Amino acid sequence: MQYKSQAVAKPYFIAAIGLFVGQILFGLILGLQYVLGDFLFPAIPFNVARMVHTNLLIVWLLFGFMGGAYYMIPEESETELFSPKLALILFWTFLVAGALTIVGYLLVPYATLAEMTGNNLVETMGREFLEQPLPTKLGIVVVALGFLFNLTMTMLKGKKTAISMVLMIGLWGLAVFFLFSFYNPVNVVLDKFFWWWTVHLWVEGVWELILGSFLAFVLIKTTGVDREVIEKWLYVIVTLTLITGIIGTGHHYFWIGTPEYWQWWGSIFSALEPIPFFAMTVFAFNMVNRRRREHPNKAAVLWALGTGVMAFLGAGVWGFLHTLAPVNYYTHGTQITAAHGHMAFYGAYAMVNLMMISYAMPILRGRAANSNKSQVLEMWSFWLMTVAIVFITLFLTAAGILQVWLQRASDTPLPFMVAQDKIAIFYWMREWAGVFFLIGLIVYIVSFFVGGDEKETA
Amino acid sequence: MSGAFTKSMARNIFYGGTVFFFLLFLALSFDTHTQLPKRDMRANITPQIAEGKKLWEVNNCIGCHTLLGEGAYFAPELGNVIVRYGEEGTKAFIQARPKEGIPGRRSMPQFNFTDDQLNAIVAFLKHVNSINTNNWPPNSQG
Repeated sequence: MQYKSQAVAKPYFIAAIGLFVGQILFGLILGLQYVLGDFLFPAIPFNVARMVHTNLLIVWLLFGFMGGAYYMIPEESETELFSPKLALILFWTFLVAGALTIVGYLLVPYATLAEMTGNNLVETMGREFLEQPLPTKLGIVVVALGFLFNLTMTMLKGKKTAISMVLMIGLWGLAVFFLFSFYNPVNVVLDKFFWWWTVHLWVEGVWELILGSFLAFVLIKTTGVDREVIEKWLYVIVTLTLITGIIGTGHHYFWIGTPEYWQWWGSIFSALEPIPFFAMTVFAFNMVNRRRREHPNKAAVLWALGTGVMAFLGAGVWGFLHTLAPVNYYTHGTQITAAHGHMAFYGAYAMVNLMMISYAMPILRGRAANSNKSQVLEMWSFWLMTVAIVFITLFLTAAGILQVWLQRASDTPLPFMVAQDKIAIFYWMREWAGVFFLIGLIVYIVSFFVGGDEKETA
Repeated sequence: MSGAFTKSMARNIFYGGTVFFFLLFLALSFDTHTQLPKRDMRANITPQIAEGKKLWEVNNCIGCHTLLGEGAYFAPELGNVIVRYGEEGTKAFIQARPKEGIPGRRSMPQFNFTDDQLNAIVAFLKHVNSINTNNWPPNSQG
């Protein structure tokens, strides 16, 4: 570790992994509820388990982003973090707020939670992914501002590289677009219109800047390729991301009351959204092929290549599959959407965080790379989780195609639940794939605890 | 070839391209807002409909259902539920949910709504059904 304040990243990474485990456990509960409808009912109804699953995802990814940024910015800026103490205070604030929110979801009926937490003052709750009570939402803003202040001050007193500029634009964008979560008009069309300014402009906009920047950082470190080359690539990738992704928001404006012309804007621009992901894949492979050194951390390089490929497949290919308006007319809000969501989030954001953790964690623990034994286990976990998510996606896609066929495209469309019963086999298969994912995750965690005493010669 | 395209050119294209497309997005959004009043039926929104939307939110209906295709995919689309069940049918369905669920099946929780609350929810769903969604969903099953 070059700067001792980088150490603040460690608790962020540990918390991220812990919450990731929670996310997967609740995912398995949800998968089971799809086939055994009364599982845990009425103690944990589907909507509660789903909130926990998606909110844990968002929170662990944010922990990962913050940890990654705290690790990266001092090294890029070539100076100590402005305030390591602030970083630790914010860590505990965010962790406690996050934990209380999850406990609130699980123990109190949602309507009561809304009443208790001041939803009557500013009504923001009960919208997908933005279910957090008002104090949590305000907490996120405070933590984000403190975090951005800390990093911006660090950067101002040190070197300003392209990689850290792109990261900071991504993180500031994340904070700014989150503010739309406080806007909830009674007009449901306007509500939905601006809801996407948080949700879409995060995952298909500014988050991709964070992804690109982390990827570029790890590739510089592990391949030794010239910074000028890597940063030029990074600019090209993030340019492609934003010129396709911003207008690409239009693919959510086909059927929610917005004018017809969005079908053209949304279809054309979002059809181009796979290009930046493809560029990322080519970038990662290219840099690794042109490497000037053999970095001892093979696992981190595997995650770097993996995130490019899986983000391209999940976000790019599976996104394109249903993004053209005439196709989306039939697939909108079906299991096709769920299939895309699972592979895209894993490929783009789970994997890039796991890459950063894989690269940084050994260094934070005082070694260039983990022992061979530990890395082998980590690579096993890579393949288990990645293959599992591919199968989850394929089974959900199969379920989705049948759902569209039976319920949407048919001359005699079946009611929703009748169609669901007919496709139950695919939900069972998805659940089994989910069990394999959990096994992969357990192997991943085990990899942190084995072979630590072996000395790696780097 | 690659020597001609420098990092600072790439950076300028990034900033320029982002600003241009963000401004274009704002312009399209502005135009959308001039057209929306004819499509989102905002003139018809009553306090009862607003109350219905709030009940929709604080009971986290979106955690299982979709509304105009957005939400969870565990339970049916509700943007057109009024077409499927009618107002009275919708209310009767919500009221009849067994407290302990249905063995082996997915079931909606029993929310113990008052009559006023049920009327507000139905008014909200009726309003959503009146929005011009470019003919989505494809049929009454949602």
